[in-house]
Amino acid sequence: MTAVAEIMDYDEVLERFDPVLGLEVHVELSTDTKMFCGCPNFFGSDPNTQVCPVCLGMPGALPVVNGKAVESAIRIGLALNCEVAEQCRFARKNYFYPDMPKNFQTSQYDEPIVFEGHLDVVLDDGETFRVGIERAHMEEDTGKSLHVGGADGRIHGAEHSLLDYNRAGVPLIEIVTKPITGAGHRAPEVARAYVTALRDLLRSMHVSDVRMDQGSLRCDANVSLSPKGSGEFGTRTETKNVNSLRSVERAVRYEMRRHAAVLASGGEIVQETRHFDESTASTSSGRPKETAEDYRYFPEPDLVPIAPSQEWVEQLRTTLPELPWQRRRRVQQDWQLSDEELRDLVNAGALDLVAATVDAGASPAEARSWWVAYLSQQANERGVDLASLPITPEQVARVVELVGEGTLTHKLARQVVDGVLAGKGDPDEVVAAEGIEVVSDDSALQSAIDEALAAQPDVADKIRGGKVQAAGAIVGAVMKATQGQADAKRVRELVLASCGQE
Amino acid sequence: MPTISRDEVAHLAGLARLAVTEAELDTFAGQLDDILDSVAKVNEVAAEDIPPTSHAVPLTNVFREDVVRPGLSREQALANAPATEENRFRVPRILSEEA
Ligand SMILES: [Zn+2]
Repeated sequence: MTAVAEIMDYDEVLERFDPVLGLEVHVELSTDTKMFCGCPNFFGSDPNTQVCPVCLGMPGALPVVNGKAVESAIRIGLALNCEVAEQCRFARKNYFYPDMPKNFQTSQYDEPIVFEGHLDVVLDDGETFRVGIERAHMEEDTGKSLHVGGADGRIHGAEHSLLDYNRAGVPLIEIVTKPITGAGHRAPEVARAYVTALRDLLRSMHVSDVRMDQGSLRCDANVSLSPKGSGEFGTRTETKNVNSLRSVERAVRYEMRRHAAVLASGGEIVQETRHFDESTASTSSGRPKETAEDYRYFPEPDLVPIAPSQEWVEQLRTTLPELPWQRRRRVQQDWQLSDEELRDLVNAGALDLVAATVDAGASPAEARSWWVAYLSQQANERGVDLASLPITPEQVARVVELVGEGTLTHKLARQVVDGVLAGKGDPDEVVAAEGIEVVSDDSALQSAIDEALAAQPDVADKIRGGKVQAAGAIVGAVMKATQGQADAKRVRELVLASCGQE
Repeated sequence: MPTISRDEVAHLAGLARLAVTEAELDTFAGQLDDILDSVAKVNEVAAEDIPPTSHAVPLTNVFREDVVRPGLSREQALANAPATEENRFRVPRILSEEA
């Protein structure tokens, strides 16, 4: 193993260099079948059970393009503000590797299906950064290798490798940014925010599972440094195996610091692919990067060109759903949120959850309060994403409803939510199983009632004297004290009981 | 007049995983030169207004429905593999490259 690389202090990096990024994101489409054959595109099946002569690269097998995948590619392009090619072709990218049985990958080279777009990315402080999109093209995924005999399934020291071709031929869209300049110290954050925005966009379009942990969304981060003010791009490295949003940020940051240390000591950056290690948040040298010529691209003779008509493209444009930024704008208006409130919602990863809770019947304010406050706190304590909490928007909406009906006080509602989080079932089941109901909380009500009676002794005397209609004033005070969460009917009964009027 | 060097032939042979002898490098360099010369002649004829042709038939947009079709069983898929293990194709270790 090579020695641990020197890295430079981050602030010093920025004093001396401007970072330039290029991000390549591969997205597996969630079509029913593969890109060029009718094999199922399903994650997690037994090895080599979703294969056929086409995706195994057997002699004489001929590919046929999956129309749905082309549709998805065009829709993705439209959502990314791209132009759609009037005509484009597939090309063969030639290289030998056991995970690619054909010995070439069917891809696109100089004629991507969509090109020249942009994605506006919202940073943590609410500022928008526009990332240019160079192109997005269609290709196919490779099989999966299992390296036997080495440490951690890595290739170093492996005795041999085992191949599963279920993934070979799965439709893949590669989305490539233009060089991202001008991000300065925010470059790592921009990288993370871009991949996050892209993931949210693709998810809202239902074109991919976008699961970084399962590899259906993968990011390669190209980083180079340009001496401050020179305007000249330095040599870049391409870091692979970046499997989470956090890793995207960390990998970019690490490479910036490593490049700076190499350059400052008079060294040269080697153009190569690097491997990101989650556990150390550092990168290690992979293979030298092939040049495009080495892939000997040529037009794929077995597939005819694709020429999307204007009508088709316009028809596909009408199928775009409400995109994340449109949704944010609408939600902000509908729910009357300030920029800050909206930002908190987005940063907490709560926007979709709150929206779904509102759709399930809760008021925006109640839904927002649950997700941003109590549930965010629960997620933090468990160290998981808000969306991974074992409670659904429908369940939260039901709790809100129970509070509205007066079945639960706010305090009891938390108890019910805790029960749901603990896997005790739906809110109604928790209420029934644990006997949680407002009436069972009479003691809390009673103390509020005692306080209200003590505060208004003349009213209390009137009730004691038989003027039961005077109880309304005490009930009102108790409802105010419990922020309207108590069951007014029950409060009235208790008030009357307290004054001997049953 | 294209000329392809011995080094370029050796590089191409490496990319194609072909074992080529020193003598063959000279032979192939000469032959590839002839081929490139011929292609260069075609280039002279091709005018600006003639788009490069990759397909002889004027067809576009040949698509398949996104519907699953039966493929091979695992037994069939692995039948001709020189070696298998754990229902996977077993291949020799791959040197100095990272998956
Ligand atoms: Zn297949």
